Amino acid sequence: MLTPEELRERVRAFLTEHDPRELPKQDFLNARFDAGLAWVHYPEGLGGLGLSRSLQQIVDAEFAAVGSPGHDAERNAIGLGMAAPTILAYGTDEQQKRWLRELWTGREIWCQLFSEPGAGSDLAALATRAVRDGDHWVATGQKVWTSLAQVARRGLLLARSDPDVPKHQGLTYFSVDMTDPGVEVRPLRQITGEAEFNEVFLTEVRIPDADRIGPVGEGWKVANATLMSERVNIGASQAAPRESGAIGPVAATWRNRPELRTPGLHDRLLKLWTEAEVARLAAERMRQQLAAGKPGPEGSAAKLVFARLNQEISGFDVELNAGDGLRYDEWTMRRPEHSTFFGRGPGYRYLRARGNSIEGGTSEILRNIIAERVLGLPPEPRVDKDIPWKDLPR
Amino acid sequence: MSDKADLPDLLYSDTERALADSLSSLLADRGSLDKVLARTESAETYDDGLWQTVAGDLGLAGLLIPERDGGAGASYREVCSAAEALGSSVAPVPFLGSAVVATAALLSVASGVPDLLRRMADGSVTATLAVPFAGAPGGPFPASVRVAGPKPGDAQTGIARLRGTVRGVADALPATVLLVPADGVPQALYLVDMSDPGVAKAPVVSLDMTRQLCDLSFDDAPGRLIASGAAASQAVDAALTAGAGVLAAEQVGVAQRCLDMTLAYVKERRQFARPVGSFQALKHRLADVWVAVSQARAASRYAAACLASGDPDAKVAVAIAKAYCSEAAVHAAQECVQLHGGIGFTWEHPAHLYLKRAKADSVGFGTPDAHRAALAPLINLPAS
Repeated sequence: MLTPEELRERVRAFLTEHDPRELPKQDFLNARFDAGLAWVHYPEGLGGLGLSRSLQQIVDAEFAAVGSPGHDAERNAIGLGMAAPTILAYGTDEQQKRWLRELWTGREIWCQLFSEPGAGSDLAALATRAVRDGDHWVATGQKVWTSLAQVARRGLLLARSDPDVPKHQGLTYFSVDMTDPGVEVRPLRQITGEAEFNEVFLTEVRIPDADRIGPVGEGWKVANATLMSERVNIGASQAAPRESGAIGPVAATWRNRPELRTPGLHDRLLKLWTEAEVARLAAERMRQQLAAGKPGPEGSAAKLVFARLNQEISGFDVELNAGDGLRYDEWTMRRPEHSTFFGRGPGYRYLRARGNSIEGGTSEILRNIIAERVLGLPPEPRVDKDIPWKDLPR
Repeated sequence: MSDKADLPDLLYSDTERALADSLSSLLADRGSLDKVLARTESAETYDDGLWQTVAGDLGLAGLLIPERDGGAGASYREVCSAAEALGSSVAPVPFLGSAVVATAALLSVASGVPDLLRRMADGSVTATLAVPFAGAPGGPFPASVRVAGPKPGDAQTGIARLRGTVRGVADALPATVLLVPADGVPQALYLVDMSDPGVAKAPVVSLDMTRQLCDLSFDDAPGRLIASGAAASQAVDAALTAGAGVLAAEQVGVAQRCLDMTLAYVKERRQFARPVGSFQALKHRLADVWVAVSQARAASRYAAACLASGDPDAKVAVAIAKAYCSEAAVHAAQECVQLHGGIGFTWEHPAHLYLKRAKADSVGFGTPDAHRAALAPLINLPAS
């Protein structure tokens, strides 16, 4: 096991041999992957060194210090944050060799094909069918809320392989080639005017069985691994500064424009500021618990609080700006490649924030999860648990 | 304003945990809620026996007092952990008034009063600051007591005569010594013996009888000067800031206990042939209480850490914690009553003890609104 100092030495030695200012970007990223310096907590041979996850910050700092090219982490958030850990946990050796390097070196963007028009909170009820055909599967159905589908090379697909068993049991997980002629991507325009997301229509898409991830019928388990890794990603190395997030621009407006101040708005501002600061302290406390090796369940509170605060603060922001709050920057249909909750004007932030309590698990579902898994309250009676999927009322 | 990206340890140390654990088990033995309830209707609303045990045996009275003055030399981190445990049992002891507020005032006075501190540390003296419980830090110097004209012989003994009243003082009922801020030239802080005939205390029928307030009146009561001018107002402000910060920790203890009590009940109570805790309407409300308690704990821990290290951000941290934890505790206690249904509205069930404590604490040492108003200039968000 390398010590932090030895790891730092190794990174510096690598950078001496591979000058990022001379090597073409792709060659440099390939070499970094091969040296195990892509994600040090991954196994050797797959871009890592089998070290602790916390050591990655040392590596990243050294690479950043000499201006090394990045691997497009923000644009490929789903590929790196969700696909890679899933492939590492459930992929075959062959799949790991075939996909992980392409993901990390930024050659392939991946997207996630989970939600459907008829399966949102109740994801396990999804209806996209995958039918076995020799050494292939044939997939047909409709997916929705797919970020990056328009640029993705591959998608993580959860589909129903067996409708004759209860809903959680009949699912299988695949990696699908988004360039297959049966894949049609249509932008899904949202209330902000732009389209961060897509609808994806699958019509008899042929998927080699070699691209199935995990056993047939165990897709639910694999999908949960994907969704869990979404939450682990938060592990930042330091607290965000005070007034980061939505409260920042509001506080700045208050300071810069005294003519907007009223007693009522002042009360609300102080309340929101306090709540935002407490949420920041709670996030830091959660980070400290993780760092101490004692993760608590507080993570499930964080998104709930973030969504509510972001909505209240952005609503306040529109009112504070009064007449200017009524001006919207633009309604033109655009396709941004990543979300900016805090960018653009107050009107945009207000509208975008409405999605915060819906995307990635609605606030209502999160409350169910807290109540049942953290507080140990008895589950709602479930009418669909033991009934074959095909017999469920719909 | 610093961006405060480098935050202190917000977890509980092993020492803090051990202190809270031994206190909790002692309270479970000695301070059952039946007894606490019965005591609220008795002549002795404060539990002196319990206080002697936690003050002396567990060293709670002298946590903040330096070891050279007979105390434990601990910090506000330990004090806040103890306050959480005491809040969780609504224990009727004068920890807040004596071991926190009066102690903080005395420690702020440069000369100190070592002999008094020593007797407070071993629990033989209980002191409190004679200010209204509802007063927030940062306010004007209290002026309801004034220095009156001297009596013959006072010049030789160096005694001042105090006259006036202070309404609604917390933890004064069991106190044997009072620290009395008095208006005069200059404003000053005096030490007054509670047993002096010039001091009268009138118990108040209080919203929260587990911390019964009393009205104090001074009629030419003799006071010994311990600080004057800026030192006196700094001592009062330090005491109120400490009181508000530690009260926030007490509120976390109150809120957590309300949540625990409610969870246990809704898992047991059955209606419509199901535990009522399986209904989503209740689950979501309890999830919200849990979220609020988790957030409140982080705010309270930050205030404790800032008070402990004398961080320049301490005033901000205390204002945030008191504003947030007040509302979280009231929320948890109100939900505790509501989600218990009918039984939660009865005298026999302890939910009301927590509701009354939570509501009184939310006013004690400054309402959430007062603390947010105090925050405004500190974070450069002025009212106008």
